[in-house]
Amino acid sequence: MFSYCSDPSVLEGFTWLSCYLTTGTHMLFYASFGTVLLVLAITAPVALLFGFGGAMAARSRIAPLRWLGKVYTSMVRGVPDIIFFLFVPIALDQGLEWLRSRFYCDPSVPVRQGNDFVVCAAAKLPLSSSPSWVHDIYGIALAIIAFSVVFGAFAANVLYGAMGAVPRAQIETAEAYGFTSRQINRRILLPQMWTYALPGLSNLWMILIKATPLLFILGVEDIVYWARELGGAKTRAFDYPHPDWRLYYFLGVLVFYLLMTWVSERLLDRVRARLSHGQATLAGEAMRKAAA
Amino acid sequence: MNQCLQTIADYGLRAFGYGERLLPRSDFTLCQQFTLIGSGLLWNIYFAVLALAAGFVLANALALCKASAHPLLRKPAEWFIFVFRGSPLFIQFFLAYEALVLLPRAGIEIFGLTVQTGWVTRAWAGATLVLILNTAAYSAEIFHGALRNLPRGEIEAADAYGFSGWQRFRKIVWPTMLRLAWPSYTNEAIFLFHATTLVFFSGFPAFQQKGDALYYARYFAEQTFNPFVAYPIVAGYFVALTLLLIWVFGLINRRLNRHLPGAARKLRYRPNLIR
Amino acid sequence: MKKPIFAAAILAVSAGMGMGQTVRMGTEGAYPPYNFIDANGDVAGFERELGDELCNRAELDCTWAKNDWDSIIPNLVSGNYDTIMAAMSINDERKQVIAFTQNYLPPAPSSYVAIDEGADLEGGVVAVQTGTVQASYVAETPATMIEFPNIDQVFAAIRNGEADAGFGDHEVVRPYVEDSNDLIFVGEQVFLDEGIGVGLRQSDNDLREKLDTAITEMKEDGSLNDLIRKHFGEDAQVHE
Repeated sequence: MFSYCSDPSVLEGFTWLSCYLTTGTHMLFYASFGTVLLVLAITAPVALLFGFGGAMAARSRIAPLRWLGKVYTSMVRGVPDIIFFLFVPIALDQGLEWLRSRFYCDPSVPVRQGNDFVVCAAAKLPLSSSPSWVHDIYGIALAIIAFSVVFGAFAANVLYGAMGAVPRAQIETAEAYGFTSRQINRRILLPQMWTYALPGLSNLWMILIKATPLLFILGVEDIVYWARELGGAKTRAFDYPHPDWRLYYFLGVLVFYLLMTWVSERLLDRVRARLSHGQATLAGEAMRKAAA
Repeated sequence: MNQCLQTIADYGLRAFGYGERLLPRSDFTLCQQFTLIGSGLLWNIYFAVLALAAGFVLANALALCKASAHPLLRKPAEWFIFVFRGSPLFIQFFLAYEALVLLPRAGIEIFGLTVQTGWVTRAWAGATLVLILNTAAYSAEIFHGALRNLPRGEIEAADAYGFSGWQRFRKIVWPTMLRLAWPSYTNEAIFLFHATTLVFFSGFPAFQQKGDALYYARYFAEQTFNPFVAYPIVAGYFVALTLLLIWVFGLINRRLNRHLPGAARKLRYRPNLIR
Repeated sequence: MKKPIFAAAILAVSAGMGMGQTVRMGTEGAYPPYNFIDANGDVAGFERELGDELCNRAELDCTWAKNDWDSIIPNLVSGNYDTIMAAMSINDERKQVIAFTQNYLPPAPSSYVAIDEGADLEGGVVAVQTGTVQASYVAETPATMIEFPNIDQVFAAIRNGEADAGFGDHEVVRPYVEDSNDLIFVGEQVFLDEGIGVGLRQSDNDLREKLDTAITEMKEDGSLNDLIRKHFGEDAQVHE
């Protein structure tokens, strides 16, 4: 980074630290914060969509759809996410490559050869010749899908509960006004359920933030991977030898996560205040009194 | 079949250190995998049950403290919830382990009695403690959210009946809070149950290969180099136990909601479905 | 601004396709001095240098991929990369699932590390890294085994008294012991494997032959031994 960094072994004190903190690996460490934020930013809405679909399916009048919704939520919720991530992405990857191999390869060559799963070079996903960023993006995409499937199942459960928590009287009033069930869904159920769904969803968001260390199992290098990697004792084989500094790195990561939580809570509080407004709940009542 | 019974006798309680000392090394059978992973599952159940039971009590207290108007009660509760909800579980494990190993090995002298400290670094004590604190924080937040969403009318009705503070809490506030919080709390219980797999994955060391379900699944996956047998077995075990957990929590949920028209309707609809 | 980069990337992709076989080399990147991530974030170490040289001699176009140790064999078998060069000892269990080239490192010793000269290696607590050959070995001794996910925790456990001793690959623990002023080697060294080779899919015979030829060549002209001495010191085990 800096010109004086070319020979780290002669550096000391602050200059050593300034060089150390700007090495390529540290840059990757800082960039991984961005990766994590990106994954979160994409996963949250996608998972919410999955959850919404799941909840609507579970409430559906059509039996097979209802069963599908229930099976999805209970199956995926049943498996710890670590275990899900340990074999589902490999299976997903092999599934996709198998599909591609049916189009791009000679179908008479078996995909399974002994222990090996082999598809021809053209069916590889991504192609072995593609640059490493393509592999990275592919890994991140798989990770996002896996995360969304898992957290969608939990979101479905929260939304399903919230839809059930909307006061019956409101639905009945709407029915009395001659609303169709579609109109009830759109005008009453969905707007009203958010205040009930919010505590559960915000909890889920907090859990999602803290599930990001599992990204490493999916081959995405996240903050915690780098903290562990950089913090571990470095012997003289390295340019910047140092003892076991994992504690400091983990404290740094801890601060990041606390900050994320703090910001999320501020934002969620605002949303909550907005949703509580005019609701027939204690919080809504407190707001009414404060205004009066 | 007999062989499998023998395997169960040898390894059924291996996770707690009973039975064969050496894990199977070659010619792995499905029976061995099911038995050992099932034996490890006992640890997951142990962690989950203890943490949920203790965490539930603590969470109620924390939620009330956080809802309290008194800052001496509110502030510490807010901070506790914030820190434990705000950091990844395995960093909590890491820091807890680092802190616990600092305790003097010889034990601490209190009033002439020597309190042994060696055991707190073991997973059964240390990890349980972390899990209790962790789930208490998450659950407290859920309960606190539910407290905010108590229907106004119910409180007014309680006041109208002349219920005193404790009576009102015991008969109206607490049951309604639980009712509202229950679906989210069910999720939290599931998360906690699943989080027990982290104990040996990145938290505490395993002694003498006594580990949880994921520990043994990883052992088999490493020995056979095939993730498609051992991991689905743990997944299957967990799905079954989670369904059991959801069923138990569903029963409680039904009990909490038994006075509501929606719940009654569900019961009425049931026979139609079967027909 | 974005477009030219993208076009260049496409060019690079098509150029790569024209150049014959691209081989993806899988490694762990967390096992110095065998393989690690250097200050620039690239894979480095003995295996990086050896791998690049082998590819050069076999006229292959190689790229490096990092993978967690736990899933390094499943991901090879399912084709995410084509070779493993990650200090992987050749042993019978692994041979059932993957193929190996001849060894590029001769059998390496494993050593016990402790603070106290008289550490009890038979009846005491011995710390190891999970999923290593050293862990399998200690499991069979009468010692109480305590397993940690990474090597730093092993040394931390020795220092804070959780474990009486640690056990690991000699070349991996040696720098830690030499850098420290409290850790010492104790007991006898143990030889656990047949050396370290390149892991490959069993169906990949072509690639194995090419790499085997290159390794033989490097053994014969002495360049492999030079490379070993460069990374592991003058008194490292070399090929005869």
